[in-house]
Amino acid sequence: MSKTVTRRIALVGALFLSGSAPLWAADAVLTLTLKDHKFSPAEPTIPANTRVKVTIKNLDPTPAEFESHQFKAERLIPGGKEASLFIGPLKPGKYQFNDEYHEDVSKTYLIVK
Amino acid sequence: MLSTALIVFREILEAALIISIVLAATKAVPKRSWWVSLGVVGGIIGACLVAFFADVISSWASGMGQDVFNASVMFIAVVMLTWHSVWMSKHGREMAHQLNQVADAISSGSRPLTGLAIVVGVAVIREGSEAVLFLYGIAAGESGQLSQMIVGGLLGLAGGIAVGVAMYLGLLQIAAHKLFGVTNVLIMLLAAGMASQGAGFLVSADFLPTLGDTVWDSSWLLSDSSVIGKMLHTLVGYTAQPEGIQIIFYVVTLGAILTLTRISQHSEKSDVSPKHVHKQNA
Repeated sequence: MSKTVTRRIALVGALFLSGSAPLWAADAVLTLTLKDHKFSPAEPTIPANTRVKVTIKNLDPTPAEFESHQFKAERLIPGGKEASLFIGPLKPGKYQFNDEYHEDVSKTYLIVK
Repeated sequence: MLSTALIVFREILEAALIISIVLAATKAVPKRSWWVSLGVVGGIIGACLVAFFADVISSWASGMGQDVFNASVMFIAVVMLTWHSVWMSKHGREMAHQLNQVADAISSGSRPLTGLAIVVGVAVIREGSEAVLFLYGIAAGESGQLSQMIVGGLLGLAGGIAVGVAMYLGLLQIAAHKLFGVTNVLIMLLAAGMASQGAGFLVSADFLPTLGDTVWDSSWLLSDSSVIGKMLHTLVGYTAQPEGIQIIFYVVTLGAILTLTRISQHSEKSDVSPKHVHKQNA
């Protein structure tokens, strides 16, 4: 394989992995933390009809799975790490979410106004 | 312990259902147990690797690696299921009619089995890695719960496998000549459901637009998190609040598989009939 081809593959790979410019940029951000399997803020609010980038910081040593069937989210967050995902645009309302691994303790709502 | 069992059960359920359909769909194919076992074992090894490198995978594609990974896994399975459907539409009828004379299908029969072994493998990888991470999390972080975790984990595993076995035995009740038709429909719906799930992952990574976040809401009737909802989610791609793009992926995948199987059935007629004549003469 020629050097140019290798370099081109590396370049495409780098572009893909860095991909820092999403196709549909989020208009809002929401940061959540998890401590003792509880989300904080407990009932976060985001604007309606807006694409939101959600970042979850897991302060517990154990892994968590941020999950909502109502606004379609599923994200593993290893212990002590953080992870992000995009949600919405959502209509105004109350949407349940939780850490699937500790459903009872963590269950709470996202408020969309 | 019960909550551990329930969580492991839910993770195992999806993989167990997929394996049961694959086993029923390949009932008459020689060596299928070997291929399916290969998929399961490969999947378990893969699941442990994915759980171990979860952090690294997350960091790919500027933090959206999990979605890209999950979507890739889904689309690999969709391609393999499509391949199987197309292959079955060519050879399924012969196999259904000559269950005992499939010796000459061995060499060709193992080909779609590679695809189905991959489907089994990726299903086990995706669901299994979450179960492994969850169990590891309890083992590592919550001291004194290890024995409870083992019992709960085993209960969940047994429950998931039991549902898979029940589904498989249920499918075997179907008369042999109809079994391929039924499993083929199941496999097409499975593929369409996986394509729509894959689209959902790409939406959370912001690689696709939602095209409507909740096209309809049937959660009052059947919620995604109930066991029945979860089973239908795996089997036919049921989602209580689908995104527009998920519906498009579902319909397009279903349409594409149907079209491809029709095309291959038509080409079969011209290939196969002279061979039959030849066999009768000989």
